[in-house]
Amino acid sequence: MADASIANGAPSRPRYGSMSRDRAWALRWSYFFLVLFAIFFLMPPVYMLITSLKTSAEISAATNPWWISNPTLQNYIDLLSQNQFLVFFRNSAIVSICVVILTMMISVIAAFALARMKFWGSATLATGVFLTYLIPETLLFIPLFKMFAWVNETFGVQLMNHWWTMIILYPTLTVPFATWIMIGYFASIPKELDEAALIDGATWMQTLTKIFIPVALPGIIAATIFTFTVAWAQFLYPLAFTTSTSELVLPVGIITTLIKGDVFNWGQIMTGALLGAAPPLIIYAFLMDYYIAGLTAGATKG
Amino acid sequence: MADVAARNPAALSAQPRSGLHKLMQRKSTIAFLMALPLILLIAILVAYPAGYAVYLATLNKGMTRFVGFGNFEFLFGRDTFWLVVYQSCLFAITAVIFKAIIGFVVAHFVHNIPSKGQRKWRGMLLVPWVIPPAMSTLAWLWLFDPSYSALNWLLAIFGIEGIPWTGEAGWARFSVILVNVWIGSPFFMIMYLAALKSVPDQLYEAASIDGATWWQRIWYVTLPMMRNIIAITALFSLIVTFANFDIVRVLTAGGPLNSTHIFGTWAFRVGIEGGDIPLGAAVSLFMVPILAVAATFILRDITKRGSEV
Repeated sequence: MADASIANGAPSRPRYGSMSRDRAWALRWSYFFLVLFAIFFLMPPVYMLITSLKTSAEISAATNPWWISNPTLQNYIDLLSQNQFLVFFRNSAIVSICVVILTMMISVIAAFALARMKFWGSATLATGVFLTYLIPETLLFIPLFKMFAWVNETFGVQLMNHWWTMIILYPTLTVPFATWIMIGYFASIPKELDEAALIDGATWMQTLTKIFIPVALPGIIAATIFTFTVAWAQFLYPLAFTTSTSELVLPVGIITTLIKGDVFNWGQIMTGALLGAAPPLIIYAFLMDYYIAGLTAGATKG
Repeated sequence: MADVAARNPAALSAQPRSGLHKLMQRKSTIAFLMALPLILLIAILVAYPAGYAVYLATLNKGMTRFVGFGNFEFLFGRDTFWLVVYQSCLFAITAVIFKAIIGFVVAHFVHNIPSKGQRKWRGMLLVPWVIPPAMSTLAWLWLFDPSYSALNWLLAIFGIEGIPWTGEAGWARFSVILVNVWIGSPFFMIMYLAALKSVPDQLYEAASIDGATWWQRIWYVTLPMMRNIIAITALFSLIVTFANFDIVRVLTAGGPLNSTHIFGTWAFRVGIEGGDIPLGAAVSLFMVPILAVAATFILRDITKRGSEV
């Protein structure tokens, strides 16, 4: 493949023999190392897939672990017919979708206000949003744990051990980030555009919905994808705040229910992990360019 | 209400001064109201808990009595705590360095190949970053399995003896860093690739006319041009890696013998599983200094970039 493209490219730059030969070698080496890195980066997901297609007998046999001799879909059938797994999937889906809607509503409106309608303290607030985005959840889960107990004592609302609590919690991770991305996108829209709209008598809300949202749509899509990915992947909060199997979301559910003591049913664990990774991967496969645009625009966590 | 004021310039011109004043006032009021959900969210669920953590850390285990720095004194006297400090720093610094190096190298290779194929490679190499970390760490846990390790099987082909990936302290430390590098380096790759594309070609042409070797080109052209993005990406990553939880929790759960615990996982062990919330809060607070330092630098860079534009 590499050779073919070099052969095609050669006639177009015939000058300086040694230089184009250098380039050809650089290209070969690039492909060689890219293949190596691709193997390293894709090994775990590929191994997930391999294991998920094996029977438990084959997994525990001392054969080549990278080869499937009796491919089977039994693991998928078992897992998807388990009520429990479907409950995890449903919880994760509802939580992620609600978090995406909530986050985008809060952050698009707030970002518009911060980027265009300066008010007292708006610059400080923009910096504050950014700082919030740097505060990790590992710092917040313990005080939140105690706050939930206090809410229960004072208002009689039990926030602990309910999947919907995650809809309240995840926006703390997603809103600062989405707002930050959106401020950047909105700031890049020329001022003349909204001034023209305002002169034509549009309200602020109309300016936002008729001009800013359509123009900043790529940014909104990127922020939406990220919000979904973060919400789907979040692990610490559900691990700390939910325990009953009916209340778990997918990542925590797979880890706490499929791993029982020292008995690891690896075929099912890998199937579950692959199904858990599937929604973000599928979205990524279709909207990769938005994903990468958002990554580089927002200087996301990584 | 506000809409009427904005929509009716005629009404405003009738009483110019007070009307204009009112409009200004209203505009900032609307803006404040639009930002209010964000402000409330940050205040109640981020700022307040962060401050509350400081208060919690000064209470005794039953949270009935104020003990001042008692929890911190207790931590300073424990070997496990110093092990966690050491491991957190080792984990974060080593992982960020390797992520940056691998990201830089891979970005160069992707940049080298014809632009037609770049999208495909980039898409493939970013996959580790898209999979939820808890799920991909499970795959690594299975690759590292003590009895069925597929990695050891591959090593055996080359005659290398099986490695106790998660069983022995040194290797377990290596393994958690390896998984973190695996997840994080695609992010660096994407950032550096974007930065590489923004370096003007003329600079390289000028350098090669001056007879610069490839190494000199990287050292004197690429690196200075990318300095900002390299720094900010590394600082971001340092914060996230330092505050990591998923990887260590799933891969080793802090073991063997607490050798892989970092602040996040140890705070969870002590605070939630051990039931000593104040001590857990005290442990997690030790992340603040490094976060504050990194945040200051990032913020300085961002305001600098903002004023340039």
